[in-house]
Amino acid sequence: MNRWAAGLRELKQYPSAIGGLAIILFLIGLSLYTVVTIPYSEALDKWRGGEQWRMHPVNAGPVWADRLAGGDKPRTQVVRSTETEIREVPFEGGRQVRIPLEFDYHNGEFPSEINLFLRTLDSSRQAFVRLNWKTPSGETIALGGQRVARDDRISISQNPSLEGRLGMVPHIGLFAGDSPPDAPEVEKGRYRLVLDAILFDEDARLEADLAVYGRVHGVAGTDYQRRNLMVALMWGTPVALAFGLLAAVGTTITTLIIAATGVWFRGIVDATIQRLTEVNIILPLLPILVMVGTLYSTSIWLMLGVVIVLGIFSAGIKTYRAMLLPIREAPYIEAARAYGASNARIIMRYMIPRILPVLIPTFVTLIPTFVFLEASLAVLGLGDPVLPTWGKVLNDAQEQSALYNGFYYWVISPAVLLMLTGLGFAMFGFALDRVFNPRLRTQ
Amino acid sequence: MTDATETLLRVEDLRLHYQTRRGVARAVDGVSFDLRRNEALVILGESGCGKSSLAKALMRVLPRNVQHFGGHVMLGETDIMALNDERFRREIQWNRIALVMQAAMNALNPVVRVGEQVAEPLRVHRGWSKERALERVAETFRKVGVSTDFIQRYPFELSGGMRQRVVLAMALVTEPDLVILDEPTSALDVLTQAAIMNVLKRIKRDEGTSFILITHDVATSSELADRVALMYAGQIVEFSDARQFFHDPAHPYSKMLMDSVPRLHQPEAPGHIPGEPPDLINPPAGCRFADRCPSRFERCDRDPDAFSLDERRRVRCWLHEGEDA
Amino acid sequence: MTAGSPLLQASNLHTWFELRQWGFLRVGSVRAVDGVNFALARGESVAFVGESGCGKSSLARTLLGLHRPTRGEVTFDGEELSTLKGKARQRYLARVGYVQQDPFGALPPFMDVRRLLNEPLIIHGVRDPAAREERIRRVLEEVRLTRVDEILSKFPHMLSGGQQQRIVIARALLLEPAMIIADEPVSMLDASVRVEILNLLRNIQRERELTLAFITHDLSTVRHFADRIFVMYAGRIVEQAPVDELLDHPQHPYTQSLLAAIADVDADNALEERDVPGGEPPSLLNPPPGCRFHPRCPKAIAGTCDVREPPRFAPREGHYSDCWLHDERHGS
Repeated sequence: MNRWAAGLRELKQYPSAIGGLAIILFLIGLSLYTVVTIPYSEALDKWRGGEQWRMHPVNAGPVWADRLAGGDKPRTQVVRSTETEIREVPFEGGRQVRIPLEFDYHNGEFPSEINLFLRTLDSSRQAFVRLNWKTPSGETIALGGQRVARDDRISISQNPSLEGRLGMVPHIGLFAGDSPPDAPEVEKGRYRLVLDAILFDEDARLEADLAVYGRVHGVAGTDYQRRNLMVALMWGTPVALAFGLLAAVGTTITTLIIAATGVWFRGIVDATIQRLTEVNIILPLLPILVMVGTLYSTSIWLMLGVVIVLGIFSAGIKTYRAMLLPIREAPYIEAARAYGASNARIIMRYMIPRILPVLIPTFVTLIPTFVFLEASLAVLGLGDPVLPTWGKVLNDAQEQSALYNGFYYWVISPAVLLMLTGLGFAMFGFALDRVFNPRLRTQ
Repeated sequence: MTDATETLLRVEDLRLHYQTRRGVARAVDGVSFDLRRNEALVILGESGCGKSSLAKALMRVLPRNVQHFGGHVMLGETDIMALNDERFRREIQWNRIALVMQAAMNALNPVVRVGEQVAEPLRVHRGWSKERALERVAETFRKVGVSTDFIQRYPFELSGGMRQRVVLAMALVTEPDLVILDEPTSALDVLTQAAIMNVLKRIKRDEGTSFILITHDVATSSELADRVALMYAGQIVEFSDARQFFHDPAHPYSKMLMDSVPRLHQPEAPGHIPGEPPDLINPPAGCRFADRCPSRFERCDRDPDAFSLDERRRVRCWLHEGEDA
Repeated sequence: MTAGSPLLQASNLHTWFELRQWGFLRVGSVRAVDGVNFALARGESVAFVGESGCGKSSLARTLLGLHRPTRGEVTFDGEELSTLKGKARQRYLARVGYVQQDPFGALPPFMDVRRLLNEPLIIHGVRDPAAREERIRRVLEEVRLTRVDEILSKFPHMLSGGQQQRIVIARALLLEPAMIIADEPVSMLDASVRVEILNLLRNIQRERELTLAFITHDLSTVRHFADRIFVMYAGRIVEQAPVDELLDHPQHPYTQSLLAAIADVDADNALEERDVPGGEPPSLLNPPPGCRFHPRCPKAIAGTCDVREPPRFAPREGHYSDCWLHDERHGS
C-alpha cells in the first residue's frame, strides 16, 4: 500500500479538500479552455485594444449584474447594410443609393451611444451621404449630410449641431419622441436611419453599419477602451496559476535543497547559508520589485525570476533547517552512511523525502501568495506590459476611478477570481495538512 | 499502623478501549486484581499488551480518543470510579495515587528548578506554602538519595539516574498510599537501575508504601515484586505470588516468557516465543495466546475464564480448568 | 588472506570530539574512545559491554568509518582504515555491516522494504534489477522472514519490531560483509523477541563465518551469543576475557560490580539490596587521573590508583584486566 495513495484516499473525508480541489480544478479547466480558445498571440492582440472593439459599448456592465439588480438595460444592436435591401437609382456619372437601416427599440432605457460606420469600396471619388432619422411616430429628423472617406465613422452621438437642435444628447434626443428634455422617455417602436448616398463610380459600393450601443455587455462587461473584460479575466487565470506555481516550485525546491545541504555539511557551508539568509530576510521584496519594474522591465517573467531569486534564501531556509536538523541525526541516515551513500544521495534521497509530506500543504498554500504578489505589482502599475492579468484589470479600474463612477463590476470580477484562487488553494492545503502532518492528526 | 494484609486497591473488570482509525483498540479488556497495603505488584507484559493503558486508567490520565472506560476500582473504602473528574483530580490524583510515567525523567520542565517541580503537587493539591513544601521536598530527596543541594538545580544539570530519583521524589512527596511506576528504569544503565531499585526497596520497607510496578523486563520485576500479574493482549493471563510465578509459572505464556529470560549463570541458552502478539483492535476469538501456544487444544477456541488455582493464584487458561479451587 | 591473522586490529585508538564555543573556540575534547587496543579474529563473536557513555557506540562508529580516529589506527584485513579513499573505502564499507539499536529508526520511513533494501546494492553498483531482487530475496530468507512478497511492499511502520530488526540485519548482510557490528541490537525489542534475534545473529555469524562485534549493556544475554567479552569504562577497555571465564571469574572491580548489580530472576531479589558502587561514570571531558574507576572503586588503593594509570595485567590465562590490584606488590 502506497503512502501517497493512502493519503489521497484519506483526503476524501475532508469537505474542504473536495471544495478546494473543485475550485482548483475549475481554475485549471478555465485556464486550459482559455488557452485553447484564445491563443496567446490573439489575446495579446485583443488586449492591445483599438478598432476591433468598435462595435462594443464603453464601460458597459455585465448582463448578469443588471438582471440580478432587476434591471433590463439595453444591449448593443448592430444593423448592417449587407443585410438590408438597398435601392439604387443610376444617373449620369453615378448612382443614387438609398440604404434603410431599420431596427426595433423596445427597451425602457436609452442607448449609451450611436455610431455609424461607413465603408466605400471600389470607388475613386468620395461618396456623399445624407442621413435622415425616422422615429416610430413617423417624425423625420435630418441628421445632415457629408462626404465619406474610404473608411469613415459618423459619431451621431457627438454631433454638436444636432444636440443643439434636439436640446439633448443625440442618443437620448433621437429616442425621446415628444417627451420633455428634463424627463426624457423612450419612444418604443421601429426606428429607421435612412441613408441617401451619391456614388460617383460605376462599380462603387457603400457599406454602412449602424451601432446603437447598449448599457450592458456580456458576462464581464467592457472597459473604457470598449475591450471585453472577459479576455483579461480569462487570460488572467493561466497567468496567475503559472506565476504562482512556478514561483512556489522555484522557491520551495531550491530553498529545500540549500537548507538540506547546509544541514548536512554543517560548518562553513551552513554558516554561509545562514548569514546569506539573514541578510536576505531583511531585504524588502516589494520595493525591490518596484525598483526592478521601474528601472528595468515589468515583464512578468522577469518579475518571476526576481521573486524566485529573492525567495531562495528566504525564511523558509530557517524552517526547513529546523525540521532537517533532527533528521540529520536519524539512525537511518547513519546506516546509509555506513553502507556508503554519497553526500548528494543522502541529501536528495534520505533527508528531503522525509519532510516532503509536511511541506506539500505549505507548498499548496504558498501558491496563492505569489498570485497575490503578482496582482499587487500590477495594481501598483508594474504589471506585464502586454499580458492581460487580473491585477492589470484592477489597475485600469483604479486609474479610471471605477468605483467612483459606479463601475463596481470592474473591480469585483478580478477580486473575486483572486479570492477564489486563494480560497481554493487554502482549503486544499489545510486538508492536506491534516492528512500529511502527523502533529495535527487525532488517532 | 494499618493491618498489613488489608486490601488497598481492588480492581474489577476494568476496561479501557480507544477509538482509532482502524477500529476500537481494547487496550485494557476486563482486568481484575487486588493489591494489599505495603505490597508491590508487578504488571508484566510485552509492549502493546495494555500495561501502560492500565496505569493511565487507574490514574485517570486518559487520552482524548477513549471509546469506553469502565469497571470497578475500590481504593480502600472509596469507589474511585464513581467520583467525577474534578473530585478524582482533587482527592485521588497525587494525594492517594501517584504515577511515575514512562520516560518522565525526560519530561521535567527544563526551565524550572527541580525542587520547585517536586514541590508542585504539594502546592497545587495541598495548597502548602513554598517554604513548607520545600522542607518536605528536602526530606523526600534524602529518602530517594538525592543531595538536597540539587533542590536549586535545573534538570539538565543532573544525570539520568538523578533525574529519575527526582521524578520518584515527585511521586512520593505527597506520601500517597499507592505509587504506580511505569517502566521506571528501562532507559537507565545497569548500575543506575540497581541503585534505583535499591531506593524503591528501602522506601517500601521504611515507609510502607504500596507499589504497582509496570515493566516488560522480568529481571527488573523480580527486584521488587511480591506478586506478579502477567498481561497479554489487554488481559491478565496469570496472577500469582512472585515466588510461584518466577519458579513455577502456570500459564503457558508465563512458562515461555520465563524460559526466554537469559540467566547469567545458566549453561543452557534461553528460548523464545515464536510469532507476534495479536492486534488489540481485532483480538482473536477464544484464548488470545492460542496462536503461539504449544499446548493448544480444542477448548482454546473459546475464551478461557480466570481459574483460581489456590487462594492467591489465578490463571486464564483452559489447561487449569479442573484445578479450579 | 592469511588464516590466523586478525581481521580487524585497533591499536592505541582514540576518538575525541572537540567541543567548540561560538563555532571555533576550542574549549576541550570529549574523549569518547581513549586508547583502546584489541584484535578481532575471523569468525569470532565478541561483545563490548559497558554503561552508556563508556564510548562503546563511538568505538563502533569509528570502526564503521563514521568517525575519524583522533589518534591510533584501525587495520582491517591488512589495510589501514584512515588511508582508504574512494573505491577502496566503498569496498571497506561493504565488508562491514551495521545493525543499529532502534530498528524502526534505522529504516527510512518513506521507503518500502524493497526500495530500502535496493539502496545499498544500487550504491555499490549492482545495476541489474533482477540480480538485486534475487540477492534481496536470498538474504530475507536467511533472516527467516516469511511471506517475503507481502513484506517487500510494506513500509517499516507496518512491521513489528522483530520484523524490522530482521530487515535491518538483512540490509547489513546484503553486501556480503566480513564483519557485522551490532550496536545494542535487541535492547529496544520485547523480551520474547530478543533471544530470537540474538540466535539469528549468532547462527548467521556461524554459517557465514563472520566476525560479529556486538555492543551491549546487558551482561546477562552475553554468555550464549559471544565468545569473548570486552568490558569498557570511560573510554577504555578495562577487562577482556573469554565469555565463561569473565562471567564466572571477573577480575576488575568494575566488572564485579556490574555482575553484582544483576541477578538471575528470583523472588528473593526483592528482599535484598544490591551492592552498587556510589557515584556515576566520570565526565569524558575531564576524566580522573590514574584509574578512571578509582573514585567509585571499593578497593581503590590510595596513592596508586588515583595517580598512575593501571597497566594491563593477565591475572589468569587469556584474561586481561587493567587494575593495580593484580600488581604483585599489592597482591591479588
